[in-house]
Amino acid sequence: MNCTICSPPGLDLNHLARKLRDGAKLMVGQGDYDAYVAHLRARHDGATIMTRDEFFRARENARFGAGGERAFRCC
Amino acid sequence: MSITNIADNRRTLRLLPWALVFALVLFSLYTLAVSRGEPVNAMWLVTAAIGTYAIGYRFYSRFIAQRVLGLDARRRTPALRRNDGLDYVPTDKWVLFGHHFAAIAGAGPLVGPVLAAQMGYLPGTLWLLTGVIFAGAVQDFLVLFISTRRDGRSLGDLIKTEMGRVPGVIAMVGILTIMIILLAVLALVVVKALADSPWGAFTVFATLPIAVFMGVYGRYLRPGRIAEMSAIGFVLLLASIAFGRTVSESAMLAPLFTFKGETLAFMLIGYGFVASVLPVWLLLAPRDYLSTFLKIGTILSLALGIFIVWPDLKMPSISRFIDGTGPVFAGSVFPFLFITIACGAVSGFHALVSSGTTPKMIADETQTRFIGYGAMLMESFVAIMALIAASVLEPGVYFAMNSAPALIGATPDSAAAAISSWGFAVTPEALSGVAAEVGEKTILSRTGGAPTLAVGMAHILSSAVGGSAMRSFWYHFAILFEALFILTTIDAGTRVARFMIQDLLGAFFPAFGNTRAWAPNLAATAIAVSGWGYFLYQGVIDPLGGINTLWPLFGIANQMLAAIALTLCVVVLYRMKRERYAFVAIAPTAWLYVCTLSAAFEKIFHEDPRIGFLAHARKFAAAADKDQLLAPAKTLAEMQRVIFNDYVDATLCAVYVTLVLAMLGFSVRAIRAARAAQHVTTRETEDELHDLQPARA
Repeated sequence: MNCTICSPPGLDLNHLARKLRDGAKLMVGQGDYDAYVAHLRARHDGATIMTRDEFFRARENARFGAGGERAFRCC
Repeated sequence: MSITNIADNRRTLRLLPWALVFALVLFSLYTLAVSRGEPVNAMWLVTAAIGTYAIGYRFYSRFIAQRVLGLDARRRTPALRRNDGLDYVPTDKWVLFGHHFAAIAGAGPLVGPVLAAQMGYLPGTLWLLTGVIFAGAVQDFLVLFISTRRDGRSLGDLIKTEMGRVPGVIAMVGILTIMIILLAVLALVVVKALADSPWGAFTVFATLPIAVFMGVYGRYLRPGRIAEMSAIGFVLLLASIAFGRTVSESAMLAPLFTFKGETLAFMLIGYGFVASVLPVWLLLAPRDYLSTFLKIGTILSLALGIFIVWPDLKMPSISRFIDGTGPVFAGSVFPFLFITIACGAVSGFHALVSSGTTPKMIADETQTRFIGYGAMLMESFVAIMALIAASVLEPGVYFAMNSAPALIGATPDSAAAAISSWGFAVTPEALSGVAAEVGEKTILSRTGGAPTLAVGMAHILSSAVGGSAMRSFWYHFAILFEALFILTTIDAGTRVARFMIQDLLGAFFPAFGNTRAWAPNLAATAIAVSGWGYFLYQGVIDPLGGINTLWPLFGIANQMLAAIALTLCVVVLYRMKRERYAFVAIAPTAWLYVCTLSAAFEKIFHEDPRIGFLAHARKFAAAADKDQLLAPAKTLAEMQRVIFNDYVDATLCAVYVTLVLAMLGFSVRAIRAARAAQHVTTRETEDELHDLQPARA
């Protein structure tokens, strides 16, 4: 039997690194571009899909633009 | 043995480890409480905190999740129902936890506990632990739950639909005032940290060109590469800290970066105006990246430092200043400790985050427990670490840094004499020694919490890495980290306040609400900046340090917002017909009402001019009648201005009291209506089961 502490089932360093990267990006308001593309392809056939740069700027504007209180923190 | 007996035994066995954890928490608290005179190791505090969080999460949050709220994994969350790939996205719970934590953790939990350390570390610890388990984490969890079941709508919106229009407007006004006061007090913290410190001022100024370079890099050179630009920015920051020493030692450069408090205040006000109208990609966004990652990194290194170094707490567990005569802030344990430590125990501001972006990304509503309750526990631990950092200092050094010049004078000799007379023995050499170690001319009266935290952090981190030779580097690293962080809050906050003002005034003058036109933008920004700038300037010239006046105002505002958010939770529980369990929200709400109301009343009416605004105004008026001048006033006109400011502050407190009492009235009305109704009256988004039913003809 495998020791679950020494080698926990499902520990996958690539997976962990991806989560850390996604987490760091989401902390500054940048969501997952690949998930966005996948979602639009699956659900909204034929919709215009933003490029990676456009997506980045759109998220930046959503974070700091009108009505957004997302970048404001206090405690 | 019967079957029930076996089941009972299994249950007992499962609970046994928790009984041990509980015993360990009690023993740690006992060790912290009884050690008179002997320094206690900080690990006892860490153990008590982590044990309490584990028990609170395992038992209380589970009780809330299962019994009180009845979380249901089958319900579809807004992220699933309205998935648009942008705002509404089902997100991995760990990733979302990080996002939520980064959004709630700001400068608040770092400052409050440092100020509260004047009463010893024990009162602050007890409030942080009980507060977070029964109030703060509960609020974050409940609001996140309520918003998730309602399409991720905002706090103001939720209050409007569940309680009515007027309570909704009350919440909006509350949010705007808390922001104005918060921006003022945070700006004051920066001013106090950078005044007469060429090293600190240089490094903070250097962040401007660094951020602009990052902005241009991320816009034109390598679009969207956050990791690259943040890494470049971080290296440049470290270089600027290193070069800051050269600046501070240079006879030619040092005077260029040596500023008085008033000058810094006006620079900040001007900066806040410019920074919040510039395109966001140029300055605001890149600095936000830098400060977010720096914050997470610094919090992790501080935790690591504490675990490696095992520092001793030099502060007594309970100091004589629980009687309310302390130099850092005036007022006794009740209610002022509970106002001073807001964030980390309970923070109304979190209700905005919990009803902001997070509920739109929850994939499964049972995760609201882990994210809402769990992230707040982590924030509370940040506050505990700040308390530790303040308590590892010699108490004499702590009081020298946090007492106003009006109390301890301006020289190490006068300060050491005054502080020793309070019963905290310290020599002038010790005070100069600490200043020299961290590369400053003086550490006296560096109020506001940030410098104290920086010295404490430098103490811990240099014991782990670099030794005393690195202490000045770590000190300036900590100052830069806090200043960067606060400046980001100031421009982001000014922008948000500007949009709120445009929104509010736009209701009356539609042209004003156009956020793309320059004139209304500039006008609303000017209103926002002068709002916090007014309180900032008032704080900077205050001979008692200003933090004294502004921090309690901020604490009252923040706790008031928490009371409003929790009131919403109480009302929703009644409307869900879960009144049996409403005590979960009623208990913290009642406590916050009691604290905010008594604190506000004391701030207005207390006879001690150090506490009561009206008493302070009377003292100045009486002196003015006799043509006497009291510091800081140098002319009779300035005397009048001090009196005027006192009335402004007293009025603000009165506004808070009115808002809170009105909210109480509206909640009673809503609760009675909910009790009278025979069925559930709350307005949740129809869930999947209803959605699937065919529409009735």
